[in-house]
Amino acid sequence: MVAVTRMVVRRLLIGVFVMWGAASVIFVIVRAAPGDPAAVFLGPDADKEQIARLTAALGLDKPLFEQYVRYLGDVLRLDFGESYRLGRPAMEAVFERLPATIDLTLTATAVAVAVGLALGLVAGSRPGGAVDRVVSAVTIALQSFPTFWVGIMLVLTFALGLRLLPSAGVGTPAHLVLPAVTLAFPFTAIVARLTRSSVAEAMREPYVQTARSKGLSERQVLLGHALRNSLIPVVTIVGLQMGALMGGAVIVENVFAWPGLGSLVVDAVANRDYAVVQAVTLLIAGVVMVLNIVADVLYVRLDPRIRTEVAS
Amino acid sequence: MGGRVTAQRPDGTGAVNPPPGTPLLQVEDLVIDLPDPQGDVVRVVDGVSFDVPAGTTVGLIGESGSGKTMTALAVIGLLPDRAATGGRLLWRGADLLRPETDWRRVRGHQISMIFQDPLAALNPSLTIGRQVGEILRRAGRPRAEVRRAVIDLLDRAGVPDPERRMGDYPYEFSGGLRQRAMIALALAGNPALLLADEPTTALDVTVQARILRLLRSIQQEGLSMLLVSHDLRVIAHVADQVVVMYAGRVAERGPAAEVLRRPAHPYTRALVASVPAVRTRTALADPLPGTPATPAHRPSGCAFHPRCPLARDRCRAEVPPAREVAPGRWSACHFAEEVLTP
Repeated sequence: MVAVTRMVVRRLLIGVFVMWGAASVIFVIVRAAPGDPAAVFLGPDADKEQIARLTAALGLDKPLFEQYVRYLGDVLRLDFGESYRLGRPAMEAVFERLPATIDLTLTATAVAVAVGLALGLVAGSRPGGAVDRVVSAVTIALQSFPTFWVGIMLVLTFALGLRLLPSAGVGTPAHLVLPAVTLAFPFTAIVARLTRSSVAEAMREPYVQTARSKGLSERQVLLGHALRNSLIPVVTIVGLQMGALMGGAVIVENVFAWPGLGSLVVDAVANRDYAVVQAVTLLIAGVVMVLNIVADVLYVRLDPRIRTEVAS
Repeated sequence: MGGRVTAQRPDGTGAVNPPPGTPLLQVEDLVIDLPDPQGDVVRVVDGVSFDVPAGTTVGLIGESGSGKTMTALAVIGLLPDRAATGGRLLWRGADLLRPETDWRRVRGHQISMIFQDPLAALNPSLTIGRQVGEILRRAGRPRAEVRRAVIDLLDRAGVPDPERRMGDYPYEFSGGLRQRAMIALALAGNPALLLADEPTTALDVTVQARILRLLRSIQQEGLSMLLVSHDLRVIAHVADQVVVMYAGRVAERGPAAEVLRRPAHPYTRALVASVPAVRTRTALADPLPGTPATPAHRPSGCAFHPRCPLARDRCRAEVPPAREVAPGRWSACHFAEEVLTP
């Protein structure tokens, strides 16, 4: 366990540099994008002098390098700047929206892992069989549909057509269903395909033959012997994909008017609200980093061979 | 009366009283067809017959492709799904090849198997103890009892310090210890027959000898064994009876000591002659001439005829049936008598 702790500490140290990189890249990108925050905020009627005054107040008249150094210094003191549009600390606005996005991504992950694992298991236990071919076709479809289109189709079918579920907004658990399912679509396909190939490979291993020679049923062989070894790559991908899911959430949240980080950041980009864009980016980078570390720890827990490699 | 009824139960659980003298396993005219990657059906095992009497060890010997492993897999019902079988496999008098066989009650509990590569045959992510105890745990035995049984099994199989080492994973074991763990695993369900497929081939020579000694001691506990090997020395060490296979057919069978000392088939003779003697420098081994026939390219008549020094026209035309050429000695050679008395 000491070895795992050391691995986590090492990964966190590397993570500091990753965060620095993410902060720097987004700092440059928001400023490289066309559009002037002061001009956007003041609107088309503002005169040059007003714009210049606001630009100076925001500190955007300083040389880029000076802005960068001050920004990094602020971040190190956990000051993520003020949103000029909202008139309050950017991170405060981000944390206000965070729970909604967490609800959405966790639900989508749960759906994707449950459905993806189940599909992958039945398909992989008999590769080339009828079920396998159906699952393959379904997963290719799930992965190919663009998220916004899936969202609109689900709304048309279940909200407007069948009137089973609300089409947008928040409030009840029912509001969560369509956005979470939409977000889960491509993720489910990834989990299913990976589980399928991983299970199919495990079922060809000699230890599966040993398990059969013990008189176990095919179900016991699959769940007791093949599954555990097939989970190792799946866990890593789930960890990595959960980070990507936060990116996908941006689109889904806008389709379903879901008040999470996605809609916040789209708003912030449109209004050149640098502080909010930077704060969201840093938060997502941090979450992805933590998820990757969690995936690595699980990976080590699942595979005893890596457990000792880490220790040595 | 009860004997007749129970003999029909293919799971063997009720067959406690088979007619006296019935061999544990009777392989009768076993045929196995397997499609090759091109989709052509190949008869990998072609009319193989032999018995495994209770308490004896039968050695199945042959080159790779002779069908020996397929024969063993058929006995435990682990042939590939695509395989088609014919003939009969009588286990305590009941045919295992019938579709109603409940393999889950046969495997592990009646017949179990150990494999060539113990590292691949053990699950890498489960502890040795868990794998050895699985049959007992699934049978619903209490935890403490399973634990005691696992320690006992590992101890019997010669794993030192079993209480501590049962918590290890397979990669933490040496090759020899892995095979010992595999043997403990195979014995856990208290089977009557152990199938051993090249159990020493993947091991170091010094370890091989120790595993063979272990197999011999297990044998003395009354377990029957079907030992599959290409190594004549392994067979000579452990087997009571020997079945020599060539290209999916039985070349000859009989008591191991006699068959190896005085072969009744030119193939066996060539096989024995090809084993190098360790102590003498003078007797260089005679390698077998030609390449081994495979079931996919089986020569006409006697499959061994292209490599046989005694081959005549008849051998090219006529498949020799297995005949009893001396008491207990069966040979599938038209000229077995000539081979027996040179």
